[in-house]
Amino acid sequence: MSPVQPFGAPPVGAILSGGNRRHFQHGPIDLVIEASGAGHEVGRAYKQAWARFETILGELVGELPALRAPLKTGGPILEGTVARRMAAACARHGNVFVTPMAAVAGAVADEVLAALVAGRTLDKAYVNNGGDIALHLSRGSSYDAGMVSLADAPQAEGTITIEHASPVRGIATSGWRGRSLSLGIADAVTVLAHSAAGADVASTLIANSVDTDHPRIERVPAHDLDPDSDLRDRLVTVDVGVLPDAAVIDALDAGTAAAQQMVAGGCILAAHLALQGEARTIGAAPQAALTGQAETNIATRRGTGLDKRRRAWPT
Amino acid sequence: MPDDTARAKDKAKDGLVTCDACPVLCRIREGRSGACDRYGNVDGALTRLDPFVVTQQVAEKEGDLVAFGKDEWDGAMIKGAPTFVTGIGSGTTYPDYKPAPFIVASEYDGVDMVTVVSEGIFSYCGIKVKIDTDRFVGPETAAVRVGGEQVGHVTTAEYGSQMLSLGGVRHLTGGSKKEGTVTCDTMLKLCSGEAVEMTVDDGARLTVEAGRPPVINDAQEERMRVGCGSATIGIFAKQWHGHADEVIVVDDHITGVLSEHQAGRFLGMDPVGIRVRGRKSTPGRYFQVAEPGTGWGGTDITDPLSIIESVNPKTAWPGLRLFMVSTTGEDAAFFVLDDDLKPVAAPMPKPLEVVVERIGENCEPALSTVLFMAGAGGSLRAGVTENPVRLTRSVREALTRVTCGGAPVYVWPGGGITLMVDVTTMPENSFGYVPTPALVAPIEFTLRLDDYAAMGGHMDAVRQVEDVAEAGRLKSVRWHDQAPWPGAPLHGITKQA
Repeated sequence: MSPVQPFGAPPVGAILSGGNRRHFQHGPIDLVIEASGAGHEVGRAYKQAWARFETILGELVGELPALRAPLKTGGPILEGTVARRMAAACARHGNVFVTPMAAVAGAVADEVLAALVAGRTLDKAYVNNGGDIALHLSRGSSYDAGMVSLADAPQAEGTITIEHASPVRGIATSGWRGRSLSLGIADAVTVLAHSAAGADVASTLIANSVDTDHPRIERVPAHDLDPDSDLRDRLVTVDVGVLPDAAVIDALDAGTAAAQQMVAGGCILAAHLALQGEARTIGAAPQAALTGQAETNIATRRGTGLDKRRRAWPT
Repeated sequence: MPDDTARAKDKAKDGLVTCDACPVLCRIREGRSGACDRYGNVDGALTRLDPFVVTQQVAEKEGDLVAFGKDEWDGAMIKGAPTFVTGIGSGTTYPDYKPAPFIVASEYDGVDMVTVVSEGIFSYCGIKVKIDTDRFVGPETAAVRVGGEQVGHVTTAEYGSQMLSLGGVRHLTGGSKKEGTVTCDTMLKLCSGEAVEMTVDDGARLTVEAGRPPVINDAQEERMRVGCGSATIGIFAKQWHGHADEVIVVDDHITGVLSEHQAGRFLGMDPVGIRVRGRKSTPGRYFQVAEPGTGWGGTDITDPLSIIESVNPKTAWPGLRLFMVSTTGEDAAFFVLDDDLKPVAAPMPKPLEVVVERIGENCEPALSTVLFMAGAGGSLRAGVTENPVRLTRSVREALTRVTCGGAPVYVWPGGGITLMVDVTTMPENSFGYVPTPALVAPIEFTLRLDDYAAMGGHMDAVRQVEDVAEAGRLKSVRWHDQAPWPGAPLHGITKQA
């Protein structure tokens, strides 16, 4: 028997059913990866991705205190390439409370995708980090994602098709029911952006903005749930009762304003906001697809532990 | 479910548990999960949350098996169905000396049983591939390569099949890092039912996939030979009699010649004097009539007449009917000797055609089969008992059943617990890997509870199957009807018996 790594469980990789997809997991990082193209190129791509993946968690943990602190000019210089992706994605949002951790899932997806495609010729590829997806599309290829607004009852409510010509290369979804804590009440905010890190932080911030005051919204200080949360004592949402229409509209208006500002500032390309049966689409999204009733089945990721929690899946 | 893979280092005030399953070291409040959602704080104890696999026997209803598998089964537990907890997704505790992730009690026909469930990280593991073909894949001991790296070698051929031995500790960790990575990747793919392309030094290019026909130099093999050339003569001699004066069955191993063969003699035939090349073994049986290859009967020949060395004018005659066929019936030809005793191709008589078809019908479909082989004789045993050698003895004495993902395994005689399992009998996604590199595979030990206690088992860690099942984190897969139920005792009296 081989010794396990000295500190915690090592990164683990597996081939998912169907044979082509890979599952990389280390601690909280769960990636589903698929590259398509010539066999030998795909094989080399996966090896490159794995080589990069192996050290990512250790790098992030090494800088965790800085990554959990709000961005400040003159703050500590981040060393890791993933950490820098996180900080860069957050910096675009200017004077708003945000820590680099808001972009961690997307930044990891971007980083592994970059390693996957470096020097390789692939038709297309994606890295899905628990619903935050980084894309690589060659000419003539496209990517379909199914969208879900209620993670507890996942049904694809629409599909998004990203063509090669589109500048979208990152998709992310946030909401109060998700794995991360949220300051807002959105069921789901899905964002299309130039990168997964950019989509990740934007979806987090827009989901924070989808908010209103109402007694049926229950909030507790973040550190009551997670003593190490980057949100510290800020109030995060733990339950949202059925809200009157006015409150829903009020919350969606607030989120829409935030999303419009991001579209205008070039931070994101499009956003889809869902709250208690109402939805708004902002930006140049493939609208018909976003609002359409899709028949797509959501592929369950059996055995990855992801099934319940995240919301945008490749179809 | 308290879990030992990640230990609760401290149970500080505020009900916080610090998880050390990974370097993030989440501090988790009671009722919450860590950043990964895999570990949580359940009643103050660090607990593994992600699903692992149980296999369930589908209840018999009025004598009929409920047809699961026809519809997509969502993996939910079937209440009341016999349940066996597999090691898939269970994690592992070694090399620490502590109980395995799950030690589950159950009842089988009135007998109290216990199953010790774990995932093994196997540095010592390999794959035996059986390729049903007579075609030449490469010389014995030749290197088998994937992407240029040696991952194993050609080993002793078996009846109708070529054998490869792949993986193993020397390729995994004894060579370059790249060799180890490619070997691990190759094994993982083969164990996961994926096709792998490989090349043999001085041999063929192969595509191997568990349970599928092999592809040899771009040609898909269809049939296993019905037998060697001599055996084919023995089986079909009577059916050819009267329709040909000589039959030659071309085979790389033993080429058969009917009129010289024992079977021909029984039919009252005399040798007609058509001498084939190669080394005569016993009457009518010839070794090495040609080189191995991908032509007739696993030889390199494409023109069957090329194996004829001479025709004796004293015994052969003009008009003699010569029938030649391969051991799979894939190749066949009919000749008549002309006045110069030269074989001339002629239309094949119907009765011979029928037998050619019958040879094909009697050939089994050619498959590649993949057996995973691994040694569980080391520290993994400490998760079962405080005195590991007792587990080895218990397996040896057939008190303890060993399974991989619930699938039956063969345990080699001799020291240690060295097992082999057909990967196609294991549930999907049973295998994983760690970058050591080594393969991760499920392993379960099932025995009577009283035997487990006597062995020095971790009795205080035994839980009821219902407690595990009620956790709601299990994924259920349907049990293979053909395989023995992994939860049944290997000895003693049950109600049924």
